[in-house]
Amino acid sequence: MSTRLSKGGRLIDRAKPLAFTFNGKPMRGFAGDTLASALLGGGQVMVGRSFKYHRPRGIVASGAEEPNALVGLGRNARFEPDQRTTTTELFEGAETTSQNHWPSLEFDIGEINNTFYKFLPAGFYYKTFMAPRAAWKHLFEPVIRKSAGLGGVPKEADPDRYEQVYAHCDVLVVGGGVAGLAAALKEGRAGKRVWLIEQTPNWGGRTPVDGGQIDGHDAQDWIDSALAELSSMENVTMRTRLMAAGLHDHGYVIGYENLADTTPGDGRPRHRLWRIRAGHTITATGAIERPLAFAGNDVPGVMLASAVRDYIVNWAVSPGDRTVIVTNNDDAYRTALAILDAGLTVSAVIDAREETHGALPQAVKARGVRVLEGRGIAKVQGRKHVTGVEICAQAGEGGAVETIACDCVAMSGGWSPVVHLWSHCGGKLTWDDDRAMFRPDAARPPTGADGSAMATVVGAANGDLTLPETMGGLGIGAVSEDEAPLAQVWMMPAGAPDALRFKSFLDYQNDVKVSDVQLAAREGYESVEHTKRYTTLGMATDQGKLSNINGLAVLSNALGQPIPATGTTTFRPPYTPISLGAVTAEAKGELFQPLRRTPMQSWHEAKGAHWEPVGHWRRPYCYPRSGETHRNAVNREISNTRKNVGLLDASTLGKIVVKGPDAGKFLDMLYTNMMSTLPVGKCRYGLMCNENGFLMDDGVVARLSEDTWLCHTTSGGADRIHGWMEDWLQCEWWDWKVYVANLTEQFAQIAVVGPKARDLLERLGGMDVSKETLPFMQWTEGKLGTFDARIFRISFSGELSYEIAVPASQGLALWETLMAEGEALGVMPYGTEALHVMRAEKGFIMIGDETDGTVIPQDLGLNWAISKKKTDYLGKRAQERSHMTDPNRWKLVGLETLDGSVIPDGSHAPAEGFNANGQRKTQGRVTSTYYSPTIGKGIAMGLVLNGPDRMGEEIEFTGESDAMIKVRIVDPVFYDKDGEKQNV
Amino acid sequence: MLTLTCPCCGVTAEETEFAPGGEAHLKRFGPGSSDDDFEGYLFARKNPKGVHFERWRHAYGCGKWFLAARDTNTLEVFATYKAQTSEPPADVIAKIKAKRPDWEGYK
Amino acid sequence: MKRYSIFAVAREALRYHSGWERAWRSPEPKKRYKVIVVGAGGHGLATAYYLGKVHGITDVAVIEKGWLGGGNTGRNTTIIRSNYLQDPSAAIYEKARALYEDLSQDLNYNVMFSPRGLLMLGQTEHEVRGYKRTVHANRLQGIDTEWIGPQQVKDLVPIINIEGPRYPVLGALLQKRGGTARHDAVAWGYARACSAMGMDIIQKCEVTGVRTEGGKVQGISTSKGEIDCEQLAIVVAGHSSVMAEMAGFRLPIESVALQAWVSEPIKPCMDVVVMANTVHGYMSQSDKGEMVIGGGTDGFNNYTQRGSWHHVEETTRALVETFPIISRLKMLRQWGGIVDMTGDRSPILSKTPVEGIFVNCGWGTGGFKAIPGSGFAMAELIARGHSPLTDEFGLDRFKEGRFIDESVAAGVAH
Repeated sequence: MSTRLSKGGRLIDRAKPLAFTFNGKPMRGFAGDTLASALLGGGQVMVGRSFKYHRPRGIVASGAEEPNALVGLGRNARFEPDQRTTTTELFEGAETTSQNHWPSLEFDIGEINNTFYKFLPAGFYYKTFMAPRAAWKHLFEPVIRKSAGLGGVPKEADPDRYEQVYAHCDVLVVGGGVAGLAAALKEGRAGKRVWLIEQTPNWGGRTPVDGGQIDGHDAQDWIDSALAELSSMENVTMRTRLMAAGLHDHGYVIGYENLADTTPGDGRPRHRLWRIRAGHTITATGAIERPLAFAGNDVPGVMLASAVRDYIVNWAVSPGDRTVIVTNNDDAYRTALAILDAGLTVSAVIDAREETHGALPQAVKARGVRVLEGRGIAKVQGRKHVTGVEICAQAGEGGAVETIACDCVAMSGGWSPVVHLWSHCGGKLTWDDDRAMFRPDAARPPTGADGSAMATVVGAANGDLTLPETMGGLGIGAVSEDEAPLAQVWMMPAGAPDALRFKSFLDYQNDVKVSDVQLAAREGYESVEHTKRYTTLGMATDQGKLSNINGLAVLSNALGQPIPATGTTTFRPPYTPISLGAVTAEAKGELFQPLRRTPMQSWHEAKGAHWEPVGHWRRPYCYPRSGETHRNAVNREISNTRKNVGLLDASTLGKIVVKGPDAGKFLDMLYTNMMSTLPVGKCRYGLMCNENGFLMDDGVVARLSEDTWLCHTTSGGADRIHGWMEDWLQCEWWDWKVYVANLTEQFAQIAVVGPKARDLLERLGGMDVSKETLPFMQWTEGKLGTFDARIFRISFSGELSYEIAVPASQGLALWETLMAEGEALGVMPYGTEALHVMRAEKGFIMIGDETDGTVIPQDLGLNWAISKKKTDYLGKRAQERSHMTDPNRWKLVGLETLDGSVIPDGSHAPAEGFNANGQRKTQGRVTSTYYSPTIGKGIAMGLVLNGPDRMGEEIEFTGESDAMIKVRIVDPVFYDKDGEKQNV
Repeated sequence: MLTLTCPCCGVTAEETEFAPGGEAHLKRFGPGSSDDDFEGYLFARKNPKGVHFERWRHAYGCGKWFLAARDTNTLEVFATYKAQTSEPPADVIAKIKAKRPDWEGYK
Repeated sequence: MKRYSIFAVAREALRYHSGWERAWRSPEPKKRYKVIVVGAGGHGLATAYYLGKVHGITDVAVIEKGWLGGGNTGRNTTIIRSNYLQDPSAAIYEKARALYEDLSQDLNYNVMFSPRGLLMLGQTEHEVRGYKRTVHANRLQGIDTEWIGPQQVKDLVPIINIEGPRYPVLGALLQKRGGTARHDAVAWGYARACSAMGMDIIQKCEVTGVRTEGGKVQGISTSKGEIDCEQLAIVVAGHSSVMAEMAGFRLPIESVALQAWVSEPIKPCMDVVVMANTVHGYMSQSDKGEMVIGGGTDGFNNYTQRGSWHHVEETTRALVETFPIISRLKMLRQWGGIVDMTGDRSPILSKTPVEGIFVNCGWGTGGFKAIPGSGFAMAELIARGHSPLTDEFGLDRFKEGRFIDESVAAGVAH
């Protein structure tokens, strides 16, 4: 029975008791506890169920490597699944629930899988559930999915907030143990800008538990003085609760800081994601103890030896009254000493080595503890809790020589350096056979932007496991007990038969046993990656921190090859899981992406505009009135614009100024038609193609002066086209004298459209906007009322239309003035949908509707806008290719249904027969289709095979359901074919 | 996450401040060129596992395009240089040669 | 090959599974094969499988530099769909999807094809029009897709937020028979079946050269010696350009990194695959309970199998915006793969300038879903010199300007 000791506990504050619950049961702990230490201290040994067999599981570790003790934490919107209790700090009111069982932790129906474990070996699902075919989808998979999964599902949106910050330093030291402290001291004294980060709340790492002397001082004293010195250095920044999740290319470290996990709802950000740019990274990430594989090594009460002494020394928690220690090395004897020092009982030490002479074993023996050499554990007794162990000869096949009663087993299979950060960007490892570990190979480091090493490893993370080795590597003297070499024992006993190997666990959470890895090897899944994927070894939430090396060793043995020949799997970030909230940070809801606002945006908002996202803009789709449907609003806006006058916020249109002696030559290359010949004061519609010949943008170009043109682009295209211009000017025609500037946001632009548009402008006064002074396709500038206006007589609706550009700061005032002055004329704003319908009524193409990246201007009947005189323009060569000149390309036509209905969006026209792949042949498709309130019926444009030659022909298009629609091919201009209305 | 130094404004910044633009030193083929040349210009991109020359734009900085010599297999950046050149400058070539003696050179 | 079945598992259970034989042999290469396939990923293994199964060609070696299935086959987000816009794409992806339906039975290896339904969200008017266009195209192509409204989306995916302030969900393109499969199992199942037909799968064998004579392929040089062949299929996504260079030609391909990541496992909460292309992310839940997440590629050439972190942030944001409950889940593991990007983002299944050499590459970010169809078509191309499924995917299309551009459907190809 685990329990809280009456004294001791270097990390807890007994003056600050904290109450929490586990599965609804009230429990108590202290400030400084982790959830795990508090659970153990409260006697809760069994804390969860495993993934596959639903076996009872207890706490194994005391840190980030814990595979079993995951709980659901919190409730409602603050519920969080899969919280690792060993790294979660206890806080007042914490509500925890165990996972993966039904109906309860104590009685779990899913445990039936454990009864049938023999039928459920690694990969059994690849061999079964295949017949009958439908059963997988309807029977097997639903059952498997129901039983899979681990934590509960959050039900509500996350109410907490998260933030992200940058940090820059010369040297980042990861790990606040003694190696990290010493490395930070060294770099700090050298005047470097140092960041020192530690994932737990505490500095010093394992050393305060394991003991020893550093630089002639007691370890804790040395740590205290190191911290004092570091704190005094202005060039050193120290942070706890900040984990280095990944070391990415060019020295980019993602840090994950816990800020408010223990104070839910206090308003502070819960987590902070650090983007640390480090000149160099020193990893001092320590090492993780390995379990040993023996039958029943997963029964609650079996723990890592280091964890047992951590719980005793750090939190004054005794994991058991009588502990058996099982080991292949000397370090585990420190646990025996810690247990004895706490006044508890060590029932025996089972050492797989034939002889033990080291200082630590001697010290343990001297205190009267039985040390059984050359022995192993054949089997752990107990189901929900350890009740004893059967001892056998390690060299044998598991015949029990003795049974020892106990309620805790402390195991140690040696230590593995934490090499994750080193490996994330390709740092290589080397196998150290004496120490049975993969350690960083300094000759093959991860390299950075300049090709040199971007990381160094110190301390236990480098394989320097003992205190003298660790500190010696950093030039500091240290003393601890000498340790004899470990024995490479991975499994107990060496000749364990099937019955034992089928109960010897490697990956606790995923229930991967020794027998599974051996099965994978036998079936040819020989690559370590195959074995991992076939058995799921190392794929649980601890990502194999405990299991990988043991699994490798078992696999290597099964294949009869040395461990380095097997190699490791790849280490992937993050080191331990990080919340998606922290990765997201503030970028959600309205802040999900930047929102570009026109100067009139607040007016549209106040009028309740219905929005349409266009790039990062949000444009009014329509302005529905109270009780009005969107469709009716659009129809009203169109009718009013055609009858009276409408206003469109056209500020999002791209406005790019092209200026310089070679500007005309440049535009002639960019546009398919001639822009250099455009007279000053006039406007011309132009098309831009990419080098593949496809139409990519269009718009009206105005010549402002002898050497200056203003190019209007589509709303979505402004930045892209500006970049495109810069590309050609900087990278191809760099000797041409041209400047371009994107002035899209410097101007507000309002389209004043409709037969009463001129009346409205004249009410503002100040400028002559008569037909004579400002005819169609010209522009002028001056004072329109009080506004500094440049007015373009261009039309995308077919109506009399002025587009008025004013400095952005005057945009809202002009809009409001036009609305006020136009009231008597019936002015109304209109949105993008009305814009679209009106342009379709006129047969004007829309980039993105009539074009889709595969359409060339010739397809759209725009040959008139392609200069025949020019020897070159971007896209011209491409348009000469055979497929582009194919006479059978689909061409733009108008389409109307015989019954006046609206053709569905995306409708296709089938042709006779089927192609070689059995697909119905096609002869056309709709590109734009709308109800036209002006015409009173559906209108459409589409691309049809030989379309322009088939005027009046009736063909079928696909309808909403299986039905077909009869459609007549017509001229694409449905409204005012002669263009009289725009030219008044 | 790369860091690059813009040779135009001198700023060293995160990859997110730049926009990648594909292979550098492309020779444009326009009207009158052969089908093969034109296809090569548009599509036959160099894609070496190793030393590569490419275009970048300091999109959220000075706005200038520039060129980078980079190893696609280690992400080492040998040099960045101005875009107004039809082939890598000699000092860039020499720098790469010094670091990658087996490199066959720019071609 | 001993058949897998529930009875076989039961029988083996009684003897601690000691009787299972190797899933595939591990032979040394012979001197000569009729056909060598370079690349033991899904596409390469499927090519070999259908060469044997459909065309009776079993004198085949599949050569693999690393471990079979270790490239993009084992790194993707396992999405299967065929709701493509253009006829050639729809044909080959639907062929693949249809083969997936029976693949477990065909291979006697459960690849766990799960046609749980796939949604592509429409979040702008433009995207809605694009997907409706796809529905109409699919109808004529014989592919079962439909457009559904936002409430139906919510009913299918209760954890979705259809009222996001920036990009509300306006509806979705639904393919009911789209879904996922277990990616490793696809490679393993094909490998086992190929091996059973007598084909040699040779792992840890690096190709160092391609031997040609008079414009015709003669064989390959490898780390395990010279091997002759009559026909050579290069099926090495990520390294297609490197292999083509050995054979003396250049491909219209660039290699870039694509990343994916998974959350910690939670109980089932999402029974369909959701792709949100406007915000740019996609997510499904694996049978194990992990939320499987992917997004866009990096924009620069890269062979490192590591992408840039900012893509992880962007895609995670997109998915937290779409599925707010995942904010409190934790990212468990992220990884990357190298994908081939072609000039039109569609694959190349083609003869090459060298007689006897065929390439299958350029699947970009979406190759997994195509594996059976790609292998089937490639086998037909190799065995018969022609396949209606590959006709439009030839290398010549770039010269002619005859692209197969899927990005036009407002979506991106995953």
